[in-house]
Amino acid sequence: MSDSEFTCPQNREEVINTYFMEHRAKLIDIAAYLDRLDRARPVSEDADFRDVAFRNAIAILTDGESQRARRILDLFSDHTTEIPQSAQGMKGALGAPLVTAQEGGAA
Amino acid sequence: MRYIDPHIHMVSRTTDDYQRMAQAGCIAVTEPAFWAGFDRSSAQGFFDYYRQLTEYEPKRAAQFGIKHFTWLCINPKEADDPGFAREVIALIPDFLERETVLGIGEIGLNKNTKNELIILEEQIALAEKYNQMVLVHTPHLEDKLKGTRIIMDAISASSIDPGRVLIDHVEEHTVAEVLDRGFWAGMTLYPDTKVTPQRAADIIEMFGTERLWMNSAGDWGCSDPLAVPKARLEMAKRGHSAATIDQVTFGNPQKFLGQSENFKLE
Repeated sequence: MSDSEFTCPQNREEVINTYFMEHRAKLIDIAAYLDRLDRARPVSEDADFRDVAFRNAIAILTDGESQRARRILDLFSDHTTEIPQSAQGMKGALGAPLVTAQEGGAA
Repeated sequence: MRYIDPHIHMVSRTTDDYQRMAQAGCIAVTEPAFWAGFDRSSAQGFFDYYRQLTEYEPKRAAQFGIKHFTWLCINPKEADDPGFAREVIALIPDFLERETVLGIGEIGLNKNTKNELIILEEQIALAEKYNQMVLVHTPHLEDKLKGTRIIMDAISASSIDPGRVLIDHVEEHTVAEVLDRGFWAGMTLYPDTKVTPQRAADIIEMFGTERLWMNSAGDWGCSDPLAVPKARLEMAKRGHSAATIDQVTFGNPQKFLGQSENFKLE
């Protein structure tokens, strides 16, 4: 990375000093959430589309590439192009698309 | 320090919130018309709401030295019934003459339907006809990326200058396209959805300070009317200059909103 690409005013040690404890807690929250899912009785043999997207998103965190926030938001986005006539009978936004990246969406 | 919260729904907030915002440095708010949490049963309900936005709220804000401006429309959530929506739209031109109205907003899409899109296009035409600025709501969560693109295409098909349109609720996956197409971009600071103060600061570091603002979009849901001063603090904590912080929380809103002759801070 060139100096012009280091756009954060803090250096890495300062970023860690400022944010490590906050994000350590969030990381443990995610681990505990996954443990909670392990302890919860399944209601179907099919995986929940939100859970599939969530686990795919976790893989992005450690794939070594940048732009993680953008790529996770892309993964959680509806990439279909159809426009339904009406919202009648539709559910509110659920946070992940029914068609996941594994089924053809763009990550 | 002074700041503008350019998107907040004060009709859903208490008078205490005005006081706390004033104490934190807020000198002006702009309030787009939005969904009340339930569907209104008649166009008359909107008539009363527009009176509240243009008559009552400016007086309530003035008690604390805050200037209150507004945007009028039928929101996308209630725009899925085109017949009903047209009854509401017919009320808007008379209110555009009121001195605190800045334009049409927050229009956009909710579930990205054809019905919503028809009413969006008719409200874009209304803004064109009356030479109004536009404030855009983009959909929530998984619907945001697709909806943002449909909305930008609809506006680009009109004669409205993108420099007079703010696309709100951008996140990391939509901000680049919004700015590349010449629109202004708004970042909404929410506790769980949209962006946190930390991510807003990240976006500024990645995309710069031009044509970007941040707002609380405080409303009846989980939201924080002091989100903008908290984001200012976050930026200061990281070492951003006072000039940069002032630009995104005061200078930029003032520049965009100042395109309306009704936006006067003095």
